Amino acid sequence: MPDQLLYAIEVTLNGLMAGVLYSLVALGFVLIFKASGIFNYAQGVMALFSAMTLVGIMDGQVPFSHLINAIFGTDIHHFGWHVPAIVAILLTAVVMTAFAWAVNQVIFKHLVNQEPIILFMATIGLAYFLEGFGDLMWGSDIKSLDVGLPQGGSFWIEENTAWLGGEGFYGFFIDQLDMVATVVAVILVAVLVAFSQYTKQGRALRAVADDHQAALSVGISLSYIWVLVWSIAGFVALVAGIMWGTKSGVQFSLSLIALKALPVLMLGGFTSIPGAIVGGLIVGVGEKLFEFLVGPMIGGATENWFAYVLALIFLVFRPQGLFGERIIERV
Amino acid sequence: MTETSEGYTTADGRQIGGVLMEMKNITLRFGGVTAIKDISFDIREGEIRAIIGPNGAGKSSMLNVISGFYHPQEGEVWFHGSKRPAMKPYQVAQQGIARTFQNIALFEGMSVLNNVMTGRLTHMTTNMAQQAMWWGKAEREEVENREIVEKIIDFLEIQHIRKTPVSRLPYGLKKRVELARALAAEPKLLLLDEPMAGMNVEEKEDMSRFILDVNDEFGTTIALIEHDMGVVMDLSDRVVVMDYGKKIGDGTPDEVRNNQDVIDAYLGVAHD
Ligand SMILES: Nc1ncnc2c1ncn2[C@@H]1O[C@H](COP(=O)(O)OP(=O)(O)OP(=O)(O)O)[C@@H](O)[C@H]1O
Ligand SMILES: [Mg+2]
Repeated sequence: MPDQLLYAIEVTLNGLMAGVLYSLVALGFVLIFKASGIFNYAQGVMALFSAMTLVGIMDGQVPFSHLINAIFGTDIHHFGWHVPAIVAILLTAVVMTAFAWAVNQVIFKHLVNQEPIILFMATIGLAYFLEGFGDLMWGSDIKSLDVGLPQGGSFWIEENTAWLGGEGFYGFFIDQLDMVATVVAVILVAVLVAFSQYTKQGRALRAVADDHQAALSVGISLSYIWVLVWSIAGFVALVAGIMWGTKSGVQFSLSLIALKALPVLMLGGFTSIPGAIVGGLIVGVGEKLFEFLVGPMIGGATENWFAYVLALIFLVFRPQGLFGERIIERV
Repeated sequence: MTETSEGYTTADGRQIGGVLMEMKNITLRFGGVTAIKDISFDIREGEIRAIIGPNGAGKSSMLNVISGFYHPQEGEVWFHGSKRPAMKPYQVAQQGIARTFQNIALFEGMSVLNNVMTGRLTHMTTNMAQQAMWWGKAEREEVENREIVEKIIDFLEIQHIRKTPVSRLPYGLKKRVELARALAAEPKLLLLDEPMAGMNVEEKEDMSRFILDVNDEFGTTIALIEHDMGVVMDLSDRVVVMDYGKKIGDGTPDEVRNNQDVIDAYLGVAHD
């Protein structure tokens, strides 16, 4: 095989794995949007906040220590213990569930039947609040996250694929973390699909996503379902936060991965779970391949804008997205 | 007809029981509009109770009060002999009151079978942890509920469309699926808002037959809103007549038919 083709394959593989993470973030958006009609601007900050909480718990950080020290003149920062990653992940999931409950209790319960734009504005407010709250709780310094996931290229894959090419080809470079992220994302999606198809709560969730009035009439509590989807979205954010945080540290820029989910949603449609997954993969592969093939000719740095332009072109021809339901105004 | 607190016997010899639901001095306002003005009436165990009246009379509003979608500013709702606190619609549903809507509210993205299955949600008791840990129990519950649902689907003669997405069904069949979903809850009280609106004669006859059969076979108490007077006269045991938010008549179909206020309302005599 010519080396150029092999590199293209490697780029595609890496793109697929980057795309899986985009899918994951987009999935969080779709879940909340389907069930409640809320476009949750705070999804990215939720990923950041969950990653900060995870690091904080693992390191035995005292939450709100700056605040406590400022008020009481103390100087405490750490409990002096370390919590195993798996326990810390579970605790963080509990925190995200409490967050979901609080968000509904304090905000969205009072905004039932409001215009979508009002709900959207509320999530912008929520995003900035949560960002500040996270800093207050865990401090704003850049933290490194290590839950024990393997990192760096896989030598095994490199060694065993080197023979495919010629002298200049050293084998596929595949990041182990990307592989883990892919496996975890696939499992997570499978569990979510099984949940929504085969459990009572899943059926109720689909009912709420379809018609609020009808859902109420069969005895489903809307606020229960909303807390449930926000919790699931919080958990999805946590998984994305772990992967991203492990790779590039837990810092503000982590919340910007939400922006990568936007073109994915434009491509996949705001209400389609398969759309979020396929959309994420298309964006991931598309931007890596485009940079590889076309980037050198036009000066590179195409990854910053490629996804948006692709989504824009797509929007013009298919506004409802790949799998989105056709939008027909009810009269 | 002799009416006592214990109940009464209908013209066709059915035994009607005591009061199941009682509305006491209900008043419901929307801003300046008073949709219901100080209305009281009761629904008895086992009866078919009709609510009739011209457009905008407040019939749907009354059904929405019973099912918890609207909350009256004044008045009390009594169910099973005790006063009901202000309840959310889902809590009312969990108490055994099922309903259909004037404008059909189905889960358009789901199949007929899945729509009807949602009617069983109030009867499914395993929680999320149990479903995750103890798959067998959840599965058994699903199978049991599925059997009940299949019976209802047979009963309403919609087997041939079991797997069809609801969005592809014609209007008349949608109404029937909505009835099936409400029935799946095995309600004590079934509320039907214009179950035959927009149907042709044949479909109306089918629907009438189903309503009578439901009442007869399951003993379900039914309150229904209907515009077709012929249908109302055939189906119902007692009728409440509303006009401009007020109750202007209450009694057997014959009594109501001969009530001057009712005749005036329907003939469009000018209101003063
Ligand atoms: N949600 C609402 N908000 C404001 N006004 C309402 C609402 N629901 C009903 N109304 C008003 O209450 C009055 C009664 O309406 P309702 O729908 O109960 O009448 P109806 O007897 O069911 O009429 P129809 O036969 O046309 O269905 C109407 O004036 C209507 O505009
Ligand atoms: Mg009505």
